[in-house]
Amino acid sequence: MANAQPLLSVRGVSKAFLGVSALESVDFTLKAGEVHALLGENGAGKSTLIKIITGAYRRDEGEVLLEGTPIHPRDVVDAQKLGIGTVYQEVNLLTNLTVAENLFLGRQPKRFGLTDIREMNRRSRAILDTYGLDIDVTAPLTNFSVAIQQVVAIARAVDISGKVLVLDEPTASLDAHEVKMLFAVVRQLRERGMGIIFISHFLDQVYEIADTITVLRNGRLIDTVPVPGLDRLKLVSMMLGRQLESDIKRTIDPNTARSEPLVSLRQLGKRGNIDPLDLDIRQGEVVGIAGLLGSGRTETAQLVFGIERPDSGTISVAGKPVNMTSPRKAIAQGFAFCPEDRKTDGIISDLSVRENIIFALQAQRGWMRPLARSEQEALADRYIAALDIRTSDREKPIKFLSGGNQQKVLLARWLATNPRFLILDEPTRGIDVGAHAEIIRLIIDLCERGMALLVISSELGELVGYSSRIIVLRDRKMVSELTGDEISTDQIMKAIASHGATGEAA
Amino acid sequence: MAIPTIVRERTPQLVVLAVILALNAIISPGFFSIEIQNGRLYGSLIDVLNRGAPVTLLAIGMTLVIATKGIDLSVGAVMAIVGAVAASLITSGYSLPATLAGALFVGLACGIWNGALVALLDIQPIIATLILMVAGRGIAQLITEGVILTFNDKPELIFVGSGSFLNLPMPVIIWIVLAILAILVVRRSALGLLIEAIGVNRRASTLSGVNSRVILLAVYAVSGLCAAVAGVIAAADIKGADANNAGLWLEMDAILAVVIGGTSLLGGRFSLIGSLMGAMIIQSLNTGILLAGFPPEFNLIIKAAIILIILIVQSPASQTAMANFRANRQTMAIKTESREHAAR
Repeated sequence: MANAQPLLSVRGVSKAFLGVSALESVDFTLKAGEVHALLGENGAGKSTLIKIITGAYRRDEGEVLLEGTPIHPRDVVDAQKLGIGTVYQEVNLLTNLTVAENLFLGRQPKRFGLTDIREMNRRSRAILDTYGLDIDVTAPLTNFSVAIQQVVAIARAVDISGKVLVLDEPTASLDAHEVKMLFAVVRQLRERGMGIIFISHFLDQVYEIADTITVLRNGRLIDTVPVPGLDRLKLVSMMLGRQLESDIKRTIDPNTARSEPLVSLRQLGKRGNIDPLDLDIRQGEVVGIAGLLGSGRTETAQLVFGIERPDSGTISVAGKPVNMTSPRKAIAQGFAFCPEDRKTDGIISDLSVRENIIFALQAQRGWMRPLARSEQEALADRYIAALDIRTSDREKPIKFLSGGNQQKVLLARWLATNPRFLILDEPTRGIDVGAHAEIIRLIIDLCERGMALLVISSELGELVGYSSRIIVLRDRKMVSELTGDEISTDQIMKAIASHGATGEAA
Repeated sequence: MAIPTIVRERTPQLVVLAVILALNAIISPGFFSIEIQNGRLYGSLIDVLNRGAPVTLLAIGMTLVIATKGIDLSVGAVMAIVGAVAASLITSGYSLPATLAGALFVGLACGIWNGALVALLDIQPIIATLILMVAGRGIAQLITEGVILTFNDKPELIFVGSGSFLNLPMPVIIWIVLAILAILVVRRSALGLLIEAIGVNRRASTLSGVNSRVILLAVYAVSGLCAAVAGVIAAADIKGADANNAGLWLEMDAILAVVIGGTSLLGGRFSLIGSLMGAMIIQSLNTGILLAGFPPEFNLIIKAAIILIILIVQSPASQTAMANFRANRQTMAIKTESREHAAR
């Protein structure tokens, strides 16, 4: 392999935006039949590099060689024709069209000037067959899970391009089974001799699938290393440029377990969302919710926060039953909720960091009682400093911040309302390693100051680290409640897998 | 360098307005001359302010609606309804205050109807307001019983359309006062922020505790109220209620004024000042074309062409091109600077 000509070779590529350097003289080499992970914190230059390779940006300096020939892709379509295809985290397909139409959109087989639907369906079945996917290609794409949509997107990209495949956080919204299925497809493509660039925040997945890792930091190449034998701590310190602190372990004050619950759920449920469950959350306590995607985790949070109306059960706060019919009512009780989907449910993209931070507090005060500009600025500055939100300016629209910093702004929005009870749904998903550790530290800190927290997370190790108690959901049912020494990743996995593993059906 | 932000942000609109006014002055010398007759200012410029009153008023409500990612197609029809109500009330012998109160109430009710369809039933705004747009002129005709209801003998209502106060025509005073009031209410309270937030991301706003439904309802109600004031002025101006022609196509002018003023139809950030300038730009165009003495059939085409130019200049594509141009010049300047630095 050593003397084989690289499939894709990037040499000394630089790119600056308005005089600010985003990439500085970066080299990157992708061999045929290789899965090459591209890692780095948000803002490291990963997406800039990818966009240069896929033709979305033009480089300022350096060269890109495909099979030894210099290429200058004018745009994404041009790069696709050269053989470089991309699949993004959010599937860029049209979910209302059929699977076959999606595979052949813009290049439908023609007969007498009209789309030859039978030929298109036949060829679609043949293509998907090579991926071991036997689905109805005439059904609309929306009928299928995100994982299958991803595979269709990959199949389309490979069919059009066929040399280099860029996977930009393809697993971010998949559960464990789906990731397995996706990786089987990736391995198959590797065997076919494609070069695959894989971007992900999940280090476990990188170790599982990648052959080589390239780490970028602040627009510079840090190193390219083979995966076998690569020490995990070394990798993380390469990404962060500093040594990571040792695992955070939390000791739980035994007194909190005996205090009166702040929030009590009694037989709270909604048909088709979550079966009735009982749960008590005390002040100074983090209750974790574990379970696979679709197990009813988010649905539980939505019932508690009044986004969905329960059809059974009650919620009481400090012993008094409350009618939680809207987020406004929940907020009035001192509740706060950081949703899983930051983009659609959280950030208000065009508004500034300042406006996003003061937003929930302002909404609570009502439109008649505006916060003075000076108060707003003081609040924003306080949280920007306290949570180390990286922004050049508090007046910058939040959409220009990285995922981790957007998440911190959302936390700031809720902390500014001084809540008693904070619900976090996947607070560390899709954010860089540095912000990750800071958010975990913040969760522990808030808890120690007496807040009650309910945290949903797919990262079991993380949940185990900070939770005083963990409830496990499976198939929209609460199947286990772990306390004290029972709390461990093994126990959670066992609870998820217990009683007939219905999860396998996916 | 101390240009206030409000002026700097609206430079394109100011430039366009200045250019059109200058063209008007070339076409008709004496465009800028203003004189006082019978205790009232006269002149083409005053005429622009006066004739522009209905569109300006509609644009105030329309701006708020569009900021929430909505649109209100019914405002022209609401003007016709309200004109008919005012005319029939005053001819039935009601006093001016009762007539005005009744007219404004009907406009408000129309707005609440639209708001209820949008906020409570989640009907798309363009369809929800289309209903009243279609039905409105029928309702107005029912009120006037199919005739143009005139009130030549009611000077108190006519005064609203053609009277003057402090040397200024009444319509001008009304729209300036309402505009100032609207700007103060929206920007001195948190309403502006909440409206913009709903327009950018209604779901996230609701999840953060904003009462999105109430605010949406209020915004359409305000639009109805603005249309009502415009409707009373239009009726008082012609001393009668013309169910077929009052406010005809004015919803389009109002939307155009908002867009020219720099508020995106995608909702979010809005500028009432910008919309007012947009309305003045449209009215200056109308007046200019009239003064130029073009055959009337050319009016609409010329107006469309000029608006097309304005919108091309404002389009995202040309904005990006401008930004790139500026950025290139900047980097070139930096490079020359550093080269000069190195030379030294």
